[in-house]
Amino acid sequence: MADLIIFLVLLAMGYGFGRYAEAKHYKSIIQREAEFRDIPVVTSKFPPLTKPLSDVELVTGSVVISVDYFKRFIAGLRNLVGGRVTAYETLLDRARREAILRMQEEARAFGGYIIFNVKLETSSIHKGRKNSIGAVEVLAYGTVLIKQ
Amino acid sequence: MLVTNIEIIPGKRVKEHLGLVQGSSVRAKHLGRDIMAGLKNIFGGELKGYTELLQESREEAMERMIQQAEAVGANAVLNVRFSTSSIAAGAAELFAYGTAVVLE
Repeated sequence: MADLIIFLVLLAMGYGFGRYAEAKHYKSIIQREAEFRDIPVVTSKFPPLTKPLSDVELVTGSVVISVDYFKRFIAGLRNLVGGRVTAYETLLDRARREAILRMQEEARAFGGYIIFNVKLETSSIHKGRKNSIGAVEVLAYGTVLIKQ
Repeated sequence: MLVTNIEIIPGKRVKEHLGLVQGSSVRAKHLGRDIMAGLKNIFGGELKGYTELLQESREEAMERMIQQAEAVGANAVLNVRFSTSSIAAGAAELFAYGTAVVLE
């Protein structure tokens, strides 16, 4: 009985705090994306030829984000029937956008104006079997062109 | 030492290729961070301790790669790639590799 109560409390806390944190995070992501729109992020390998010659520098941005208790439970249920696991989709979306934003922040600190050859790398972080941590790490890295 | 993940530096020519250089670092998380991460697992959100830890070990891996490049007499490392892998429960390896070159 006590176990069930703890489980329900954790579920409710996960739902409440998790939703709040996600809404807040998305709001901040959208706001900062608008702010950094002047530093384009492109995946092409070579710098655009129209740009003047300039210095280059490696920039990185990384973030580790964890999923909340409620979403992990929902994802576990989804495992039974199969299909899209929307709970984890938003987690990865948030992590990728946040990593790119941090990379852009670093680029701005260098005084750069475009980031190209951007690569994204995702890895999951586990902590054993029993109390596994459903967290992902996303690393974004690229080369920034700096005005001379 | 110039470190980038592109193959051609605008306006500079590669004089000599010196081959692959690499650096890696394996880190484990300490208990305090694990407890915080456990809490965050209920509420969701960013695990700042882990972000910092991985950032630090990535910098160390890059530092080791740069040392190796300096040892072979390079002045730049091009086409740098990163990779992360978890070896055991609670430990992660951060790996950086690239091509050491001499730029004009």
